[in-house]
Amino acid sequence: MYRYDEFDARFVAERVAQFRYQVERRLSGELTEDEFKPLRLMNGLYLQLHAYMLRIAVPYGTLSPKQLRMLAHIARKYDKGYGHFTTRQNMQFNWIKLVDVPDALADLASVEMHCIQTSGNCIRNVTADHYAGAAKDEIEDPRVLGEIIRQWSSLHPEFSFLPRKFKIAVSGSAGDRAAVKFHDMGVEAVRNDEDQIGYRVYAGGGMGRTPYLGYVVGDFVPRQDLLSFLEAVMRVYNQSGRRDNLWKARIKILAHALGPEEMRNQVAREFEEIKRFGSLYLSRDEVARIARYFAPPAFETLEDDPSELAAARQTNRSFDDWCKTNLAPHRASGYTIATVSLKPIGGVPGDISHEQLDGLAALLDEFGISEIRVSHEQNAVLPHVKQKDLPVIFARLQALGLATPNAGLVTDIIACPGLDYCDLANARSVPIAQRISERFADLGRQHDIGELKIKISGCINACGHHHAGHIGILGVDKKGVEYYQLQLGGSGAEDASIGAILGPAFGEHEIVDAVESVIEVYLERREKNERFLDTVRRVGLQPFKERAYATH
Amino acid sequence: MPLIKNGALVEDAFVNVGDEEPMPANGTIVSRARFGRDREALLERNAPLGVRLKSEESPESLGQDVHRLSVIVLEFPRFRDGRAFSWARLLRTRLGFKGEIRATGHFLYDQIAFMRRVGIDAFEVRENVTLTEFRRAMDEMTNVYQPSADGRKTIRDLRVPIAAE
Repeated sequence: MYRYDEFDARFVAERVAQFRYQVERRLSGELTEDEFKPLRLMNGLYLQLHAYMLRIAVPYGTLSPKQLRMLAHIARKYDKGYGHFTTRQNMQFNWIKLVDVPDALADLASVEMHCIQTSGNCIRNVTADHYAGAAKDEIEDPRVLGEIIRQWSSLHPEFSFLPRKFKIAVSGSAGDRAAVKFHDMGVEAVRNDEDQIGYRVYAGGGMGRTPYLGYVVGDFVPRQDLLSFLEAVMRVYNQSGRRDNLWKARIKILAHALGPEEMRNQVAREFEEIKRFGSLYLSRDEVARIARYFAPPAFETLEDDPSELAAARQTNRSFDDWCKTNLAPHRASGYTIATVSLKPIGGVPGDISHEQLDGLAALLDEFGISEIRVSHEQNAVLPHVKQKDLPVIFARLQALGLATPNAGLVTDIIACPGLDYCDLANARSVPIAQRISERFADLGRQHDIGELKIKISGCINACGHHHAGHIGILGVDKKGVEYYQLQLGGSGAEDASIGAILGPAFGEHEIVDAVESVIEVYLERREKNERFLDTVRRVGLQPFKERAYATH
Repeated sequence: MPLIKNGALVEDAFVNVGDEEPMPANGTIVSRARFGRDREALLERNAPLGVRLKSEESPESLGQDVHRLSVIVLEFPRFRDGRAFSWARLLRTRLGFKGEIRATGHFLYDQIAFMRRVGIDAFEVRENVTLTEFRRAMDEMTNVYQPSADGRKTIRDLRVPIAAE
């Protein structure tokens, strides 16, 4: 993974000192809360319902064992012993004190971590496919570009006071695990007919109050010009994005008001000029220098499906169940990608304790796995696991309470923090996730239902990605009472789509029943090997609507 | 209002003139609207001239006229409105403006270094901003990752000689 050189280290250290001075000025009253707000936000510090929340950047979702241990330390020393992985591959601490934040940032800097641009109206921490460097269908490791974008966007002088926040995701595969079409800008590696790698760039995607899928603004941007292209999109947005209405300030509104043709023309004009200017040109050497940090580990020559694995699966039923859902194909034979579910039945999606963080670090060290990934689905991922090690790894994960066999199943729910923490929320998300998870706890039933992605947001801002859920749930407030709207048919993958609203919202005590009746309709109607999403797409909303509202 | 230019407190050689006020003999700054209206007369005057742009007014509309101006003032109505960062950058790189780019309005201590980077070289600051504080704002971050209008070497540029050793 990437290692800071003297320049990166100095940059982050000075940034900590800068923030320490900002906090001093706030505590002394020199800065008003209104003036302090944009500064603290650019360092990932929010004022929430009960306390300050610190959001730590996990660039492109990659963490080393040392960094995991530091997060455990932060959880113990400055928080209540646990942290929370978000849908943007970041980690949040919800109970941090303002006076402690500069020290926490200094601790993070000691392991090459920071909170730069995890919030505020700037280019946010870049996200990438959590199977990067391991996936079988990969064209190139998206983290190389992710790191190049991280550096280019860090304290960008022109784009730190944008109309609104700006999120970039990078995918290196045809299979989209980074939701590129739902981002302000999505970058996808593609290979052309001459076998060259370039990038397809999407802009104008987003969720929130008005969800849109991004459209293509660059069909095949050569690698050396990619930063010039991104800068061109940013300049068009900074100049023309709306600043009169908070709800219309994201690039999706501008992009869809201009339309693809005009947007592409404006971007092309800036792009040509920036290219002429030349200073953002990415040389082959520079890309190669960054790529070396992400070189895959030396894989041993191993056989797929070793006998130890088959034997353990035969004798250990829970291990076999876990293998069915929590493993993904690896590019090297004899290896696999393992998902560490952070969705125990009845638990809080994405929460992880300091013991678990330390335990994972020890497990990585024991099995020579150099890094772990955080997924936007709020799980952790072990990217390079020898298949023969799986039985022992599974046992270690079980001991840590991290072996829930539900990756991709109905209980693998994404949820935002909701009204339990967030001062933007209209309704609680976590308790709904917990109750759905408990209702479908039976593993046989989960396997019968198959792949099903439920995503829950506690307000219209859609941090829980409800628009992209096979089943999406949106919490709304009706005269002080929490209600939940149901959406069906969304997807954040390569077949991206925005879910459609089923009908009037359900009460807090009706929503889990409504989810269950929708799933019953699927089980009755599905054709062979059809996922929930496919059935919804084939039969439409009507049958689901009839059942869900039958008893109301 | 104190004016800091190129890191020093300087006498402001310009006066702001309203859209209907008579033009004084010396250096003046007028609004974009007045410049549009009285362009010929203003450019014929034998005195330094500046134009003040609102945050929604792109300097591109000035075209080649920028080269006949001594000052372009960029307004920051609220510190959150970051359009002028792009206007300054365009003035320096696209339009090749070599004169003074001055920031006025509501901006924060913590934005000064960014403003300098995109090409702003003069700042109308609040009475309570000291030169020491201003210089501190410039020096908080030693290096930068991305090119802008200030021609500074980026971290990428600085790495190259080290890598070659």
